[in-house]
Amino acid sequence: MRKVLYLLPLMFCLGLGVFFYLGLDGDPRSVPSAFINKPSPEFSLAPLPGRAKAPFANFDVLNRNDLTSGRPLILNVWASWCVPCVAEHPLVDRLAKEEGILVHGINYRDKAVAASNWLNRLGDPFTKVGFDNDGKAGIEWGVYGVPETFVIDGDGTVIFKHAGALTPEIVEKNILPFFKGRN
Amino acid sequence: MIAEIGHFALIAAFVLAAVQMSFPLYGAHRGDIGLMDLAKTTALAQFALVLLSFAALVNAFVTSDFSVLNVIQNSHSDKPLLYKISGAWGNHEGSLLLWVLILTLFGAMVASFGRNLPPQLRARTLAIQGMIAFGFIAFMLFTSNPFERVLVPPANGQGLNPLLQDPGLAFHPPFLYFGYVGLSISFSFAVAALIEGKVDAAWARWVRPWTLAAWCGLSVGIGLGSWWAYYELGWGGFWFWDPVENASFIPWLFATALLHSAIVVEKRDALKSWTILLAILAFSMSLLGTFLVRSGVLTSVHAFATDPERGVFILLLLVIAIGGSLTLFAIRAPSLQPGGLFRPISREGGLLLNNLFLSVAALTVLLGTLYPLFLDVLEAGKVSVGPPYFNATFGPLMVPILAAMVVGPLLSWKRGDILSALSTLWFAGTVALAAIAITLIYSGVDGILPAIGVGAAAWIIIGSCMELAERVKLFQSSAADTWRRLRQTPRSVYGMTIAHLGVGVLLAGVIGTTAFKTESVQNMKIGQSVAVSNYTFTLDNVVSLQGPNYVAERAVFVITEGDSLIASVNAERRRYPVEQDMTTEAGIHTTWLADLYAVIGEGSRSAGWTTRLYKNPLTPWIWFGTIIMAIGGLVSLSDRRLRIGAPSNSRKKAVSSRPIPAGAQ
Repeated sequence: MRKVLYLLPLMFCLGLGVFFYLGLDGDPRSVPSAFINKPSPEFSLAPLPGRAKAPFANFDVLNRNDLTSGRPLILNVWASWCVPCVAEHPLVDRLAKEEGILVHGINYRDKAVAASNWLNRLGDPFTKVGFDNDGKAGIEWGVYGVPETFVIDGDGTVIFKHAGALTPEIVEKNILPFFKGRN
Repeated sequence: MIAEIGHFALIAAFVLAAVQMSFPLYGAHRGDIGLMDLAKTTALAQFALVLLSFAALVNAFVTSDFSVLNVIQNSHSDKPLLYKISGAWGNHEGSLLLWVLILTLFGAMVASFGRNLPPQLRARTLAIQGMIAFGFIAFMLFTSNPFERVLVPPANGQGLNPLLQDPGLAFHPPFLYFGYVGLSISFSFAVAALIEGKVDAAWARWVRPWTLAAWCGLSVGIGLGSWWAYYELGWGGFWFWDPVENASFIPWLFATALLHSAIVVEKRDALKSWTILLAILAFSMSLLGTFLVRSGVLTSVHAFATDPERGVFILLLLVIAIGGSLTLFAIRAPSLQPGGLFRPISREGGLLLNNLFLSVAALTVLLGTLYPLFLDVLEAGKVSVGPPYFNATFGPLMVPILAAMVVGPLLSWKRGDILSALSTLWFAGTVALAAIAITLIYSGVDGILPAIGVGAAAWIIIGSCMELAERVKLFQSSAADTWRRLRQTPRSVYGMTIAHLGVGVLLAGVIGTTAFKTESVQNMKIGQSVAVSNYTFTLDNVVSLQGPNYVAERAVFVITEGDSLIASVNAERRRYPVEQDMTTEAGIHTTWLADLYAVIGEGSRSAGWTTRLYKNPLTPWIWFGTIIMAIGGLVSLSDRRLRIGAPSNSRKKAVSSRPIPAGAQ
């Protein structure tokens, strides 16, 4: 009996260990998004002013219709003032230019000149860029930090969301498999 | 090039750790002095190598070497020098290197000052230290290399989180880690004792100074962190029960319990397996803190960048270190000879009470910290446990300890007389009761807990002084006799009295701040005045200014009391363009009895600014109390009975004053 008493601390700590192991799976950054497997929210954004790729301003309004064209796509929320956005930008560029995925951008709480300069300098992977200078669309999308990336299937349903800069692992594991065969 | 030297030094230290954890252990088993002495050499060399590695990292930060990834992510060439240096440990990789540096520093100290230790015990202790170092250096080399280079260096770095660019926080981690990691020595001693199957008074005497040193560092570190939160986060609070704060507080509670129970082992040869368990738990909680901060299982404002791969690695280290030592405990502890018996009312009984409540308090904080994780794993939803839980559980648990900590030292060993102890303390008791009554009248009946707190603070402060007065027979004997007694009183007794006084002062500060603060939030234009308690704050002016790497809006408040000018304080809102972040700097004027505290929020000249003004009674006492406690620890540490290298003197002294327990050698 007395020996069992001395085993208690070990049992207690092993129990804790099991919980920690299970807890590791849950990424604290993946605050459950209300949008996963749900239709994307309604929004409408004017195009980013002064962007080189936009000859006809009205043509480039970004709204929910752009997400229901039948072609799956990526929606990337970014800003020129955001450092992690610079870090992930080559990946976004690669997804658009090498993987041939349709990528739209939401330019979040930014200055138009700074944003278009940024795209000119680092490359412009976006088909359309909505200019969300007051952050309203960001609220609709539940954005709580830039960058954020959404994967959306052809009928406007949100399949995957990542908060923070994309990494090659996330692209390989969570993004590319979805587009395989659907593009 | 220098970064590579740092990296190689780390690899060499890794190899030495592998040697240190294996050969000396085998040597101790075989009784081979040569192999055992190897531990000494490797511990010293390991420290030198890690120091070199750390210097290389600091150098990379100071010279803004943007070919090192860690420097890019955490530094910027415009940063002031102090924050370039502190940036070296203001991130996951660098702080791990600091952690290992302090670990090897303690190893080197045991190797060089531990000459009086039996060679077996020293070899085993250092071998356990070697295992810890091995695990953590491996963690760094395989998942978190601070010297990682990038092929194309950018023109400048991304800067350090502005919240961390602060003198209070720059020196917070070194102290905190000194405490965290210092507990590794107690842990190693405990595991070595379990391997030997022998725990005696001598063992307790060797362990105590290390625990004391670590405890002092931990106290100062936690105090600095709390001070920083107080003036930098701008909420007027000093403790938020944030998971990361708790992660440092839980080991502190266990270390405090360990300090007290080691006395019982030293003096009475009792509570042995309990003391060993505490030594294991104290360091285990330090490791757990490391895990919680870095693995991302809990969300916190302080959390480092998280990475599941790192989490699995630390969890593995945890399982090996904690699981291994507790398995050893389960096997060996039952066979430890139980020592001296004692009555519940005795010095031992008092110390046991202290241990019991401190441990339960530590487990309560642990439960509150981990509860959100449990629910998350059980998929019962995401919750966060807030201050109400901790205040409701932790506060009441402290009451018995606070009441007993004055009485305990007056009880004699084995069997104490509580009535005579209490009669010595009649004055402290009367003052405490009067303080409770006055507080109740002053603040109304709803303030029963604050009133008890005020009473407890008075009880501790006066009672600790009276306990010392009783010991030296102040006013009961001739002045010459009192003077002789004062000189003969061991420093560890003075240390205890000072540290207990510190607790009283700290408690007064905590109660004053939480229960009696006056707060006022409003919109103010220049020239407007607001009354806060008996003071008047006038917003005199708001100016823009340019700092080294930030721009700030500085509000100048003039504080008056009646017609007399008290002070003028500056509250700032700083914007860091590189990091795109804001910080607040509270404007604080401290009288010894209260802090006058002003924070400025958003606003403009035409619309006015949001301001928050506080009168925080006794808040400075929180930090005075912490410093007094740490000083108490240091005074106790200077006791020659604990001083390393003076065992024979201590034996003689112990014999002359008290019978020493059998088995001490």
